[in-house]
Amino acid sequence: MPGNDMQNEQPSYFTSRLDKAIGWARKYSIFQYPFVTACCGMEYMATACSHYDVDRFGAGLPRFSPRQADVLFVVGTISHKMAPVLKRIHDQMAEPNWVVAFGVCTCTGGFYDNYATVMGIDTIMPVDVYIPGCPPRPEMVLDGLMKLQDKIQDQHTTGNRPAPEARPDIL
Amino acid sequence: MKTSPLIESVTDRFPDAVLASHTYRGDATVVLGRKSLLKVAQFLKEDPAFEMNFLMDLTAVDYSAFGKRATPAFFASSGVAVKPSPQIPDEDPWPGPPAESRFAVVYHFFSTAHKHRLRLVVPVEEGDAEVDSLIPLWPGANWLEREVWDMFGINFTGHPDLKRILMYQEFEGHPLRKDYPVNRRQPLIGPVN
Amino acid sequence: MPMETTQTPQSDPAELESRDMMLNIGPAHPAMHGIVRIVAKLEGEQIREAEVEIGYLHRGFEKMSEVVDYNGVIPYTDRLNYVSPLINNMGYCMTVEKLLGIEVPERCHYVRVILSEISRISDHLTCIGASAMELGAFTVFLYMIKAREYLWELVEQVTGARLTVTYCRVGGVKADLPDDFVEPCRKAFEETRKVIAESHGLLTRNRIFVDRMSGTGVISSEDAISYGITGPFLRATGTDYDVRKDCPYAVYDRLPFDVPVGSCGDNMDRYLVRMEEMEQSMRIVEAALRDIPGGPVLVNPETGRPIPAAEMVDLAKVGDIGAISGGCAVTGPTLEGSGRAQHASIAADEKRVFMPPKEDTYGNIEGLMQQFKLVMFGHGIQPPQGEVYFPVEGANGELGFYLVSDGARCAYRVRVRPPCFAIMSALPKLLIGDMIADMVPTFGSVNMIGGELDR
Repeated sequence: MPGNDMQNEQPSYFTSRLDKAIGWARKYSIFQYPFVTACCGMEYMATACSHYDVDRFGAGLPRFSPRQADVLFVVGTISHKMAPVLKRIHDQMAEPNWVVAFGVCTCTGGFYDNYATVMGIDTIMPVDVYIPGCPPRPEMVLDGLMKLQDKIQDQHTTGNRPAPEARPDIL
Repeated sequence: MKTSPLIESVTDRFPDAVLASHTYRGDATVVLGRKSLLKVAQFLKEDPAFEMNFLMDLTAVDYSAFGKRATPAFFASSGVAVKPSPQIPDEDPWPGPPAESRFAVVYHFFSTAHKHRLRLVVPVEEGDAEVDSLIPLWPGANWLEREVWDMFGINFTGHPDLKRILMYQEFEGHPLRKDYPVNRRQPLIGPVN
Repeated sequence: MPMETTQTPQSDPAELESRDMMLNIGPAHPAMHGIVRIVAKLEGEQIREAEVEIGYLHRGFEKMSEVVDYNGVIPYTDRLNYVSPLINNMGYCMTVEKLLGIEVPERCHYVRVILSEISRISDHLTCIGASAMELGAFTVFLYMIKAREYLWELVEQVTGARLTVTYCRVGGVKADLPDDFVEPCRKAFEETRKVIAESHGLLTRNRIFVDRMSGTGVISSEDAISYGITGPFLRATGTDYDVRKDCPYAVYDRLPFDVPVGSCGDNMDRYLVRMEEMEQSMRIVEAALRDIPGGPVLVNPETGRPIPAAEMVDLAKVGDIGAISGGCAVTGPTLEGSGRAQHASIAADEKRVFMPPKEDTYGNIEGLMQQFKLVMFGHGIQPPQGEVYFPVEGANGELGFYLVSDGARCAYRVRVRPPCFAIMSALPKLLIGDMIADMVPTFGSVNMIGGELDR
């Protein structure tokens, strides 16, 4: 469609095969940045370790630098003091990147409806997968990870996010 | 009101500083005037009968809404509000808030040698919210006093660096005061949600 | 042929410019301990000054506990020290019980002690595992998390949740231990002991581990006391203070255990003290399981018969009390262990505080009234006016709750005395003088839990 910048090619057989191949490669080599703050971190550790292994999904290598990661797992409550730090970390990640809101405190604020807590990180950044739970069981985390993998598989190579210039400059 | 030997020793030694005392549920408590806090704390630390080497806790209470809260009704329009009344009777009742002042700074001390505890309560007026700092005696009081300043707005004279510790510097107000509503957010970034 | 050697000019060291470097560590940094910011001034590799900034996880626990009622605070206490949630639950509930002046049954004390010690073991496993991982021993971390999984499965069997359990109630606990608790507990401890033995073999005489941990992060006993430090941190410096021994509560005075005490107050001592404390905790649980007083009260043999819970409720609603009186409801897993048969062993005998068993709620009017008076908005537990302080031994030290009540259904002021707050305030003192690489084991042995530090 004219004027639509994001999909500037008609999907053809070869580009869709290429998209699927790239999606397959990306979804099985997830470099996660676990931004761990609170109690959900304990369930994150349990999911990442041998009992409920997350390495079998290809996501077992945490990179502790946003420049080297592509999935930002926001694990645990984000307070208003921490929110600018989180936003800066998210802005430092290169495209394509995805954000997983792990735990109900990051989805909607949880039961900390008070002066100190951000009521859901989707008020400050776009979120791809929400994993509710306080804390979520490892099986829920793996289910969320599989949903994220489905989402990664279905993305076009140009990505379907607006270009960074279009996002408001918050910092 | 039962008294304990700890309270009696403190009252004998500083008769004009002690405003009141009690042992509600076995906790020895002494209400102290503001000016004599440092003297009494030093005495508690150094006297061999007390040897209170631990400053366990330093906190404050805002008594401005004490006994005045009506329990909110689930359906606000019904107008039903239950006045608080203790349903479980008490043989040895608590004497009540320490003084007419708004704040009270509460200190808990412990001695590893004698294994006894004491609580000091220092009433503080709202307009003149200042107490001596206990840093010269216990360096651990540094962060505890910063937290009381952050949450209540009570100043500590002699503190080297009284700034916010749990909230961010741009935050306005003191959250644990009774007149600060629980969900008034002051976000640094993002919408006020 | 001799090689020409070039002569490098010898520069005078005094003429070389040197500056201290300010390094900002955090708040988002890889150590999986939570979020804290350390601004260190470095001269080469040595730390000259350090300033610690906390508060990034402040979630307003004390303000929320003035808004919800007494039992509603318990989920918030779970999330204070979130690696050992049962100890926080127990501390808060015992504080409210002290204010109310009620005493829980003895079996309930034993159940609380057993679960607290299991929580303590999982806390130490997490602490040692995480700090070993930061020093490069990833295998030890995986082994310890494996042992922790066994313990969490055990906790899930009793309470229904792995991590945030909300198990204690004011006046008792939610449910009794299941009948088949002893055997899984024994197996879990066998696995844990195996893991601890393996970790000892991997770490305690490991050259690298010993060199990095001994002599770093040293603090003397007097300094530790002046900062208000308690718990394994203080015991590693040589002072023998443990709330379970010195101010005993629940049934700790009847259970045999030792308190390990270190000598030099460095990271190695703290590691050894924590490893030994795990063994002592297992000893406590085994002794408690031997001494725990009798199981659930037997149902009346004449009329005792199991009735499915839904059927019991339907019969009660049409008023057919005769058909259900004396029966025991067969419930799903959520209500297992809290039926009429077990009620006497898990609840204090105080109607104004603890909920009735469901057979009474649906079976007779007194039970319904008791449930109504505790659950309906505007009613609930209303303690007398007063203030109390009650300390328990948390995994990091003395966890004290200071509670002020004005007679309403919500607490007036709840203050948590966090054990790792005192330790973190002494962190600059621990770091200054050591090298930047020593910050990693020191910070790991502090066992900073953000939920407890910032509340």
